[in-house]
Amino acid sequence: MSAPQRRIAPEHWFGVAGLILLAVGSYLGLVEAPPERYMGEVGRILYIHVPTAWIGLLALTAAGVFAGLYLVQRRPRWDDLLTGCVEVGVILTAMLLIQGSIWARPTWGVFWTWDPRLTTAAILLLSFIGVLALRAFVEDPQRRARWTAVATLVAVLDIPIVYFSVKWWRTLHQDFSSPETVAGAMHWPLRINAFALLALAIWLILRRARLSRQRRSARATAPPATSTLVAGD
Amino acid sequence: MTLGVQTRAILGKDLRVTWRGRARSAAVFAFAGTVLLLFSFAVGPDSKTLAQHAPGYFWIALLLGSVLTLSDAFRVETEDDALDAMRVLPVDPRALFLGKAAASAITLAALAAALTPVAGLLYGVGVQGSWLQLLVFIVLGAAGLAAPGTLYAAMTAKARGREVMLPLLLFPLVIPVLLAAVKGTALALAGDPMGQVPSWLGVLVAFDLVYWAVCPLLLGAVIES
Repeated sequence: MSAPQRRIAPEHWFGVAGLILLAVGSYLGLVEAPPERYMGEVGRILYIHVPTAWIGLLALTAAGVFAGLYLVQRRPRWDDLLTGCVEVGVILTAMLLIQGSIWARPTWGVFWTWDPRLTTAAILLLSFIGVLALRAFVEDPQRRARWTAVATLVAVLDIPIVYFSVKWWRTLHQDFSSPETVAGAMHWPLRINAFALLALAIWLILRRARLSRQRRSARATAPPATSTLVAGD
Repeated sequence: MTLGVQTRAILGKDLRVTWRGRARSAAVFAFAGTVLLLFSFAVGPDSKTLAQHAPGYFWIALLLGSVLTLSDAFRVETEDDALDAMRVLPVDPRALFLGKAAASAITLAALAAALTPVAGLLYGVGVQGSWLQLLVFIVLGAAGLAAPGTLYAAMTAKARGREVMLPLLLFPLVIPVLLAAVKGTALALAGDPMGQVPSWLGVLVAFDLVYWAVCPLLLGAVIES
């Protein structure tokens, strides 16, 4: 065992960039941008809500890609990234629902409504919590990786079907976003926050992947007594 | 052996196993019937409300029953390492999936068919629309539950905490099936003056096509050791 090197891991730069961008975007959104025409001050939650939705969906889609890559190539690296993507996606989707409820209460008068996007997000959250629970129940690392990849792929395929079925189920509900709600001074906070969350998501995913990799190498270099136990499975 | 021959062999085997263990199927039927009965108690004796929501109750009862049927279908394979024996035979994993999922779909459709008169009597609903549509929605809905259900059952049959894992994974996934089947059943019972059947049929067919095409390819990765 050599002494650990005190060097900043490269992924931390994503974290630094993300936090700075988030501070700038939030300042622009909360202070500089004018109040939204129809929703007033409450509309400012949009600047974090919309990016959360984008990046959350992006993380879960990326999880589907890594799941496919793992099943084809069977490299542990893809499982590490897949886990990070699902975990970050679940957190972002949960945040999305909380933000949505905070926004919906003053705007619609209720915390919850069966809007297609809201319902789809809730179903997504439950699906991917299921994937994480499955992971927690399987000990053998290779089997865990294979099953996670299969369950992730199956859940990602469901996203468009869920969305369209829920949309048709709620055809009577009006669509509430219009182009003029994101115009002019409102563009910038939205974009900056989107990149902020993207950088933060990448940071967390890479940190999570590094943790998985270090755990794996710790297992591999464990004292012989443990190795003989592992050889049995 | 070709894929078709293997699939038929697995399908025949699974249907025979189900038939010989029919006491178990009868218990699942009784369980689903109990769920139907419980809904009347949960809602109260308002026959109008019950009749209005009958399709929803019917599909929830079937969904709860399907978890038992689906997990049974893979539990028999883990006993005496039957699954390992079939893998080394070797049985094509795609054939294994298609055969088992088809057997589960048939079992579920049979359960649904047996449950239909019970639901009709309990909730006081009859078919004013189309029997054919009802049959189509039951068969496609059962197929929609069976495909992802078989894949997940292959995982959870061996996993710890399998009683909670199968429904936890399956239920959020099959919400489109549930939505389309409930709406379709309601339209088949009450008639379809607005012509909404095609769009719900579309959801169900899309779901079935996606999962019956993809799941066979994924089973190999699930069961390899």
